[in-house]
Amino acid sequence: MIDFLNSIIVLLNFIIIPGISYGSQLALGALGVTFVYAILRFANFAHGEIMSFGAMITILFTWFFQSQNIDLGILPTALLALPIGIIATIILCIISDKFVFQYYRYQKSVPVVLAMVSIGVMFVINAIIRIIIGTETIKFSDGQKFIMKAKQFKVMTGLNEGLALKSSQVITILITILLLTFTFWFLQKTKTGKSMRAFSDNEDLALLSGINPDRVVFTTWIIVGVLACVAGTLYGLDKSYKPIIYLNLVLPIFASAIVGGIGSPFGAVVGGYVIAFSEIMVTYAYKKFFVYILPSSIEPTGLVQLLSTDYKFAVSFSILVIVLLIRPSGIFKGRVL
Amino acid sequence: MRFERYEWLAITIMISLFIFVGFIQGWSVSLVILNMCIVSAIMTMGVNISWGYAGVINFGVMGFLAMGGLAAVLVSYPPIAESWQAGGRGLGISFALLVVLVIAVMYVNKTLIQKRNRYILNSLIIFFGILIIRHFYLNATHNIEDVNPAIAGFLGGLGLPIIFSWIVGGLFAAGVAFVIGKVALGLRSDYLAIVTLGISEIVVSVLKHEEWLSRGVKNVIGLKRPVPYEIDLQNADWFINLITYLNSSKLNNIIDVSDRQQVLNNLIIDGSGIFVKLSYAILFLIVMLIIFYFANKAQLSPWGRMMRAIRDNETAANAMGKDVVKQHLIIFVIGAAIVGVAGAMLVTLDGLFTPSGYRPLRFTFIIWIMVIVGGSGNNLGAIFGGFVIWFSWIEAAPLTTFIINQLTTGLEPTNVLKLHLLDSVPYFRYLFMGLILLLILRYRPKGIIPEKVRHS
Repeated sequence: MIDFLNSIIVLLNFIIIPGISYGSQLALGALGVTFVYAILRFANFAHGEIMSFGAMITILFTWFFQSQNIDLGILPTALLALPIGIIATIILCIISDKFVFQYYRYQKSVPVVLAMVSIGVMFVINAIIRIIIGTETIKFSDGQKFIMKAKQFKVMTGLNEGLALKSSQVITILITILLLTFTFWFLQKTKTGKSMRAFSDNEDLALLSGINPDRVVFTTWIIVGVLACVAGTLYGLDKSYKPIIYLNLVLPIFASAIVGGIGSPFGAVVGGYVIAFSEIMVTYAYKKFFVYILPSSIEPTGLVQLLSTDYKFAVSFSILVIVLLIRPSGIFKGRVL
Repeated sequence: MRFERYEWLAITIMISLFIFVGFIQGWSVSLVILNMCIVSAIMTMGVNISWGYAGVINFGVMGFLAMGGLAAVLVSYPPIAESWQAGGRGLGISFALLVVLVIAVMYVNKTLIQKRNRYILNSLIIFFGILIIRHFYLNATHNIEDVNPAIAGFLGGLGLPIIFSWIVGGLFAAGVAFVIGKVALGLRSDYLAIVTLGISEIVVSVLKHEEWLSRGVKNVIGLKRPVPYEIDLQNADWFINLITYLNSSKLNNIIDVSDRQQVLNNLIIDGSGIFVKLSYAILFLIVMLIIFYFANKAQLSPWGRMMRAIRDNETAANAMGKDVVKQHLIIFVIGAAIVGVAGAMLVTLDGLFTPSGYRPLRFTFIIWIMVIVGGSGNNLGAIFGGFVIWFSWIEAAPLTTFIINQLTTGLEPTNVLKLHLLDSVPYFRYLFMGLILLLILRYRPKGIIPEKVRHS
């Protein structure tokens, strides 16, 4: 019985909790990509850099608050700076739309051209970030680091295995729940949300019914800005901030959005968790788990690892390819908000 | 073929850029840039063939380049006998088993009709098959990686001249492209972009972590060159005579013998470097012109016309009896093969293979900027794009330093803002690239040298 509990704790500690927090970050990112795809109808390669930009502004203001000795006690100061980051990200989104994307929307360009344009935007934002903050790794989480340390848990329960709970993980999960609830409420209940859904379903019909397309697009960029900034900041808070990481993060985010069914917000969230859990589960070494759960006579000698952790990144893409082969429209049929 | 006037202008601009750099920064720098420009131009032509001719998007440039680089290692590195002894048999067994596995899955797919049974049986076969293969494979690779890990630890190559790898690199890339194309070409263009981008990431991560194949992140250095080494040139009589002959007027003016020897030695050292780079440039130029010639021929042929028809209206081309799926696959493979050739040439030029150096920003997106800026569907445009973008990529740093210094002349040299800006000079090139791409897409969406519309 004790062994069974221990094995559960091992899974919780190394797979489930990290999976949920990483999955939440991916889900928020994928939701942003899905919004752009459903309303503006292109694959936004710049999304990773928008996330990075939001995180950067948040970091800059965190530093400012820290220098002024303003903090939130046990919570990280970054949470205080987050609203400013969100506003800056929204402004960035709207500027990039006004000066870049809008023209192609009016021209009714094909999606590939818009994807190319978004690559141009990606380069520009990328350069701005590097010029402002450099390429170094930055740790900006302060306040209380752990809610529960592995040692405390061991003492508390008397089990062999510890369960560590980082505060950044809990914050990630809470904020994700909050933001997702709000987003879905907004889409389902408010008038603007309904007009966005109508617009993504059938643009011509929506225009005929008197929906203002510019307003829909404007709202979309606001939502995308909020989601991107929060996702970027939470990822930076949980791991650490490094500009180059966000470029690599674009690929798992796209994978999540497509796996879930691109254009479907619920699908994007599910896709995020699917990708995160498969990345972690396929590359985790299950030796410890089996040592607890199996009788000692047939205990494994190797690491019981399906793939080495080096391939973490490749896993999300293999899943993407498999899903596209078996069910090209994703888990939840996409295209409509 | 005949060039229009603006095309001659473009060629003149390209040549004069290098002459300009040659006089300002030295001929050695100019030739280094020229060599990379030629390699970039070949990559760009590869992408241009699939995108410009047929509208097939290929964001896997990085992966195909890496395959070309792998070919350079596998062809030119001398074989390592101990590694083969240590793990050759195990690897052989695991590959044989892999083939058996694939045949078994195909057999099951053929014979079982019921879908559910097929899925279950296939997953069982794959699961247990992989378990068995892993056993042999991990043992073998472990043994190979243990052989003299500081300098070897991999199987080595065939020990042939590296120039053969240019063809082999093309074949490797074509093979990978065939598999990708079979899997992914049915997808819509933006999905295809993401999928090819992802698969190229997978290719690179395999090359990074399978150390028995190409030493992975430990890199392979010291690949044999196809051109003479500087040190050999410096001791060769004919080269010394050549340099003496070329600089005879300058040397004759110096009366003192030891001074003259000193000057001659310096000239020989400089000259040998330039000679090596010039030989590379000539080799690369030959490859580029061959590919350019055939690419143009193909574009003007009935096949090229069919490709344009497929690009401009897939449904109509299909209705006319053209096999769109097959043609898409063919052109994707051809484009990837050319990129693979460029990948092998890139590694040949560097003399080393560093898998961790393959990054999408540098090796996929920049190449795409070259295609868009140069003009998709026009081979000369592709070459022009490759030259201009690589040139500005390299020269962006000196230019930015100059601009920043000009703008901040009023500030003290210790000013924080000025120091920060000067520190971030290398990142301004991304800004330039992004702005160039955005401006071209906005004001000249067909590229600087657009595709010629032919009416016949």
